[in-house]
Amino acid sequence: MNEQVAIVTGSSRGIGKAIGLQLARDGFKVVVNYKHNLEQADQVLAEIQAAGGQGIVVGADVSNPEDAQHLVDTAVQTYGRVDVLVNNAGINKDQLMIRISDEEWHQLIHTNLDSAFYCSRAVLRQMMKKRYGRIINISSVVGISGNTGQAHYAAAKSGLLGFTFSLAQEYGNRGITANVVAPGFIQSDMTAALSPEQSAKIQMGIAVGRLGTPEDVAATVAFLASPQAGYINGQVIRVDGGMSSI
Amino acid sequence: MSVFEDVKKIIIEIKDLPEESITLESRFEEDLEADSLDIVEMLMSLEELYDIQIPEEATEGMKTVREVVEYISALLGRDA
Repeated sequence: MNEQVAIVTGSSRGIGKAIGLQLARDGFKVVVNYKHNLEQADQVLAEIQAAGGQGIVVGADVSNPEDAQHLVDTAVQTYGRVDVLVNNAGINKDQLMIRISDEEWHQLIHTNLDSAFYCSRAVLRQMMKKRYGRIINISSVVGISGNTGQAHYAAAKSGLLGFTFSLAQEYGNRGITANVVAPGFIQSDMTAALSPEQSAKIQMGIAVGRLGTPEDVAATVAFLASPQAGYINGQVIRVDGGMSSI
Repeated sequence: MSVFEDVKKIIIEIKDLPEESITLESRFEEDLEADSLDIVEMLMSLEELYDIQIPEEATEGMKTVREVVEYISALLGRDA
């Protein structure tokens, strides 16, 4: 019986939700985190529990250091430990660089990058003490290759790479690994808005011939979160079906 | 428990060393094979234990257990 505890930030929907559900199936007690939508987060927990899993819901804006600390403290108070942290929370707001406002720039960096730092710092202490931890940062293929209209998003997602590499080096000898999962084109509310033509065009550039699913990403995260993945550290795993462009 | 006993206990937790290998004269780097992260971990544990704040500047030059014990004792206003 897995007694381990996993925090997944931004797990009330989308990829974060799929990760939370998968980790729960793998036996982790899952801390479901949301910023705005308690109802959706409760639903995720209900799904976890219906499948025989365990978890709690914690509201926290992880781009705020106090909230990030509160999230981790609540997990530790509830379960006495945190073994896995998945930094998934993020936002996107496509805009050509020349039209990105200062505010938009800072907001994207803050929400997508600062949050990973705040949450990681908050969990490191007790992971160090236990000599065990798995930190998985959800980046994006655009953090590796950039993309039109996503300068701020790509900058933050690239930032996660350097952050993760440093984490991996600094805490590797404490049994704590840090890796990046970089999803490609994943089905979501965002891709649902694409026209069939747009969708077909995107799929042409994907070797496996389909868009990815949140579950594709979740399966990769679940592997990296497992004790068996202890010799994988400081890596970037693209979950993109073999994309030829971006 | 004396400050030295506390420090010793924390070092044993972090480095998994036999008790007798830690003396006041032990040097962190050379004798205890403690890296910068070990030292930070020790200081954080001490901060927690005594509910104190240890400024980073204060500990930068500290090389031996004695220096840490004396610093903490002075901060707490009690004997080492």
